[in-house]
Amino acid sequence: MIFENRLCKKIIKTNRPRRRLTFDVIDSNPHGRIFSMRPTHTGTMSKLKNKKRNLEENEDEQLPIFDKDGGKDGPHLDDGDEDQGDLSESEESVFSGLEESGSDSDDEEEEEEDEEDGSEEKSSDVEEDKTDRQLSAKEVIKPQTDVQNSKEKKKKKKAAGKEGGEESVVADRDSGLQISSQVDEYEHDTSDEEDIRNTVGNIPMEWYKDYPHIGYDLDGKKLFKPIRNKDELDEFLDKMENPDYWRTVQDKMTGADIRLSDEQVDLVHRLQQGKFGDVNFNEYEPAIDFFSNEVMIHPVTNRPQDKRSFIPSLIEKEKVGKLVHAIKMGWIKPRRPKETTPQYYDLWAKEDPNSILGRHKMHVPAPKMKLPGHEESYNPPPEYLMSEEERLAWEQQDPEDRKLSFLPQKFACLRAVPAYSRFIHERFERCLDLYLCPRQRKMRVNVNPEDLIPKLPKPKDLQPFPTTQSLVYRGHSSLVRSISVSPSGQWLVSGSDDCTVRFWEVSTARCLKTVEVGGAVKGVAWNPNPSICLVAVSYDDTVVLLNPGLGDRLVCTASDQLISSYEEPEEVKDQLVQWAVAEGEGHEQGHRLILKHPKAVRQVTWHGKGDYLACVMPDNGSSLQVVIHQVSKRRTQNPFRKNKGLVQCVSFHPIRPYFFVATQRYVRVYNLIKQELTKKLMANCKWISSMAIHPGGDNVICGSYDCRLAWFDLDLSTKPYKVLRHHKKALRSVAYHRHYPLFASGSDDGSVIVCHGMVYNDLLQNPLIVPVKVLKGHTITHDLGVLDVTFHPTQPWVFSSGSDGTVRLFT
Amino acid sequence: MGGLQKKKYESGSATNYISRNKARKKLSLSLADFRRLCILKGIYPHEPKHKKKVNKGSTAPRTFYLLKDIRFLLHEPIVGKFREYKIFVRKLRKAYGKAEWSGVQRMKENKPAYKLDHIIKERYPTFIDAVRDVDDALSMCFLFSTFARTGKCHVQTIQLCRRLGVEWMNYIIASRSLRKVFLSIKGIYYQAEVLGQTITWIIPYQFAHDHPTDVDYRVMATFTELYTTLLGFVNFRLYQTLNLVYPPKLDGQGEFSLKSECEEDYALESESYSEKLAALSASLARTVPSVEDEEAELDHFPAEGLNTKKKKKKKKKKKNKKLFEGLKFFLNREVPRESLAFVIRCFGGEVSWDKSLCIGSTYDETDETITHHIVDRPTIDKQYINRYYIQPQWVYDCVNGKILLPVEEYFLGVTLPPHLSPFVEESEGDYVPPEKLKLLALQKGEKPPEEDEEEEEEEDDEDDEEEDDQSEDEDEAEDEASLAEMEEKRAQGKSLSVKVTPGKVKPENRMRTEQEEKAEEKRLAIMMMKKREKYLYDKIMFGKKRHVREANKLAAKRKAHDDANKPDKKKKKKKC
Repeated sequence: MIFENRLCKKIIKTNRPRRRLTFDVIDSNPHGRIFSMRPTHTGTMSKLKNKKRNLEENEDEQLPIFDKDGGKDGPHLDDGDEDQGDLSESEESVFSGLEESGSDSDDEEEEEEDEEDGSEEKSSDVEEDKTDRQLSAKEVIKPQTDVQNSKEKKKKKKAAGKEGGEESVVADRDSGLQISSQVDEYEHDTSDEEDIRNTVGNIPMEWYKDYPHIGYDLDGKKLFKPIRNKDELDEFLDKMENPDYWRTVQDKMTGADIRLSDEQVDLVHRLQQGKFGDVNFNEYEPAIDFFSNEVMIHPVTNRPQDKRSFIPSLIEKEKVGKLVHAIKMGWIKPRRPKETTPQYYDLWAKEDPNSILGRHKMHVPAPKMKLPGHEESYNPPPEYLMSEEERLAWEQQDPEDRKLSFLPQKFACLRAVPAYSRFIHERFERCLDLYLCPRQRKMRVNVNPEDLIPKLPKPKDLQPFPTTQSLVYRGHSSLVRSISVSPSGQWLVSGSDDCTVRFWEVSTARCLKTVEVGGAVKGVAWNPNPSICLVAVSYDDTVVLLNPGLGDRLVCTASDQLISSYEEPEEVKDQLVQWAVAEGEGHEQGHRLILKHPKAVRQVTWHGKGDYLACVMPDNGSSLQVVIHQVSKRRTQNPFRKNKGLVQCVSFHPIRPYFFVATQRYVRVYNLIKQELTKKLMANCKWISSMAIHPGGDNVICGSYDCRLAWFDLDLSTKPYKVLRHHKKALRSVAYHRHYPLFASGSDDGSVIVCHGMVYNDLLQNPLIVPVKVLKGHTITHDLGVLDVTFHPTQPWVFSSGSDGTVRLFT
Repeated sequence: MGGLQKKKYESGSATNYISRNKARKKLSLSLADFRRLCILKGIYPHEPKHKKKVNKGSTAPRTFYLLKDIRFLLHEPIVGKFREYKIFVRKLRKAYGKAEWSGVQRMKENKPAYKLDHIIKERYPTFIDAVRDVDDALSMCFLFSTFARTGKCHVQTIQLCRRLGVEWMNYIIASRSLRKVFLSIKGIYYQAEVLGQTITWIIPYQFAHDHPTDVDYRVMATFTELYTTLLGFVNFRLYQTLNLVYPPKLDGQGEFSLKSECEEDYALESESYSEKLAALSASLARTVPSVEDEEAELDHFPAEGLNTKKKKKKKKKKKNKKLFEGLKFFLNREVPRESLAFVIRCFGGEVSWDKSLCIGSTYDETDETITHHIVDRPTIDKQYINRYYIQPQWVYDCVNGKILLPVEEYFLGVTLPPHLSPFVEESEGDYVPPEKLKLLALQKGEKPPEEDEEEEEEEDDEDDEEEDDQSEDEDEAEDEASLAEMEEKRAQGKSLSVKVTPGKVKPENRMRTEQEEKAEEKRLAIMMMKKREKYLYDKIMFGKKRHVREANKLAAKRKAHDDANKPDKKKKKKKC
């Protein structure tokens, strides 16, 4: 099919010279439009083809005549004509089928090229379809170089390429014209029609090598070879002598020598150089823009309108269909109408303060930014600027820890103030705070600190209590561990680490007597019975009962008698403690009885009646930590089969037969008669150091090494009624006054605090505890301050002994 | 058997909170969209009381939102818009990939957009609520309006921010509601009182920003989106309350006077107009040509029977508003024009600047009626006799002090007095810088004693008060007495005071004992405090003590500084 088309086109090409003549006719031809559809593209046009062929045959019928007319001599003329034709055609094409030319012609060209590449023979055939002269010219070139030839061909094609399309169009039109001329195109459309003089066809000519003829003419007569009697020498001579030798070529078909004319040579040269064959063709003609924006009154082309302009386009239909579908499906939305409402308007025109949403109940409005202080000023007062050390400290701090996020700076004038580099940061941080920080309403305690202080009765109203230090008892050279006052209140005994016990007169601070003992005195206790004058002194593992011989002589002798009147019982039991009567020098000094204990004795305490004496020998895990001695019978008993914990101190109940044992954390109250545990008081402290029983017997205070003083009300609970933490350091000793509602505590911080501790008879009323005085006087040595406190039995006075080796009286 | 077993974390606080990730999934939004939604709707996380319970036993750090808040977000129409936008972006990307340019064009035309009006209305049900919260919006808008027109955000946003900022400033000028200004090292703080709400905002100094890399501009842009909407509506309403035209228009004469010059510098008419508005030099057009409506309002008050004190206050306020009335300022080119023009116009002054500096100047430097010329350079070549050449701090200090301060301390080349923050309100026990005291004295109408004398008096103050009065009298009487004479007199004064003191010793002692007694009483009472109260008390006292310590430190620093500088000053005086 393609081949056919191409062929027909080639045929058409040969008609060029006539085109001009027919141009006018085209204009007038009303049917031309029908043929504008080119056969190359529309397979549907086969119907038309027959007609067309007929027409072209007709035309070709004329062609040879014309050629013949052109004559053998006038190939140049022909060429020239063709050139002219070309030219005119290009001009024409400009006017006519510009639109279609490009792509179509390309296609054709390609097709042609393909075929030519594939079968050189065929192409040459096709070429032969053209005029004789052209063919011969080509044949001249061919032998020279094959490559060049093909190149040239291509070039020629290309050069003609442009025209090609145009030509075809025009040719189509011509064909339209040819309808009118009624020429049969098939008349000469045979292969043997090509060469007129030689009818052998396309065969290798060497087959006729040995014959005198070279083929047959149309009439069947032999065509004889021209007489060639030139041998090599003649050839050479010819070459040397004949000036036209270089332009002489042999026609293979006829074997005749042909001398190329000047025009032909020129054409060959031009083609070799890759130029257009036509001399007059100007490839750089200025382009004329016909299709400008200016509206002309006449159409640019004479071309009748396309058929497709009358037929609805299928492609467009398809596209529109797609769009309609997309719109129907909602994939394409119509353009949104422009917003008509203004950007800003009165939003709160109908404001309703009650329209607060539910979430706003929980809503916490963002707090405002902190307002800047003087230090942020560009010119702050000098005191707000940082000194060098402060600046260094500021730089070393973490940015989060800094109190100020910037360094205060001073500038001489506003002009000198630079941009603040962290401005955007700070804004950004604020943004983050606003949307990332959980907000909470923090209840700020807006309490006047004065209101927090409890309202207590004024100390003034709670007098009497000791207020000032009035006497200092000096004499001991080491710390005074323990003191005790005689029941009459006239004498004071103190035991010290310098292995002495000193007896003082309270009112004068005079040391009346010094008794040396065999070790550091841990505890002294004056017998509370006023009719007996005995002092229990404990050192190391020994307890000595001393008779100081002070005060009423009768009482002294009576107590001596009491001891000496002891009669050995019949059956001697094995005692825990060795009782021995002091004799000799010891007796002179006042020693009466010596009790040897198995372990070191830390504390001694008398029962209120003065007959029983309890000793503490702290030893963890031992069953023998507390012993109770009965002085009159010189009997010792261990009240407990087993002791829980390390016993710190013990005490007798002032009235009832109760016995208090303080271990590290608890105070246990035992009923001595029933021999059972009645109560266990939890002190809520780490380590109890001392204990005192209220003379009423229902209240106990405990001092502890962790600075606490716990007041227990035995009627209330086993837990402290009140815990005071008024001392800075460990409490060493606590004491109740026997008559006044006072208690005192001495501590390692060197102070004695006297409190008013009123216990009411009314069971419903809780004890009133008011600290009334802080007494200071003792100096702290070896990290120890006050070691023991005790009250005067009748006066509101308090004695304290300290690590500085003194005993002080506060009145 | 009993009832069903109660499962853990199915009631109570565990169900009241929702973690952020869960909330995000519930809303089916990306994290960025969720963040935006939270910003726009003002939803913030909550800290549960029992975090472990809420976290279902885990102690992993999580952010929790109130479930109610998230449910509330579910109904938000904007959530739908976010999703639409997501789809739009996806489609657009696809169209780009397929090179369907017409499709891209069409899609861009139909880009989903949302409005924040309803959110503003919902977050601020009343106008006052909105005004109260406008602080951050202003600061942010002013910051954005200083951004370069390229890069960090859309140009439209920047322009809108600028426009809104100018509108706000124009409103403040028209309503004369500026109260305080503070030049800090960060920027300039302004405080205005609008409809009874104090609003503070900060404007950075006019410099190009060094954009930090660790700041998420998307977050800021989202906030700005909200804030511009808010500020626009607030501005509209505020303009309405003053019967001003919105969007603002210059009033007739102002427009006429400005018309002539600088027109050719701007390509667009609208551009030059907006610049003229931003120049803040002309008053705005009103919808109702109201003449002195404020005065009419004031007339009502006496009839209502306000007491005189309030009236006085009102009067004072009114006077403050007209602080610069009748003064004519001229700004030199190195001073911050916008800030000064804004402040001066807020207090009724007239202001102008060099024609080449900015559009909107009203008179020339050569104008003979100019009273104050604001310059920020050590010297100026050509000086006119009939005007003060002062440094810009004077204007700000006058505004903060609410009086026209003496100009002597602010002349060119003079070391400026410190610029104090007007936002600090000293309570009892706080450190008050001496400059503030001086200012307070000036406000009361007392004539300030001369600087050097005051300093010397300060020393004497420590002795007692009477003497202070005396010496002040003396000083006033003999202002120009020589230094030696004064010292002699002071010596006399001191001897007098010695005579007086012995009488006072005894009562003081009695007082002291009383005080001591009381102190001890207190100390003893403190011993009896409960542990918890004691802790609280200690904390409060610690804070107080620190406060006092800081105040003392500042005072000591100041004293040291003054002592160090005194010899210099004396020398100077002697030289004089």
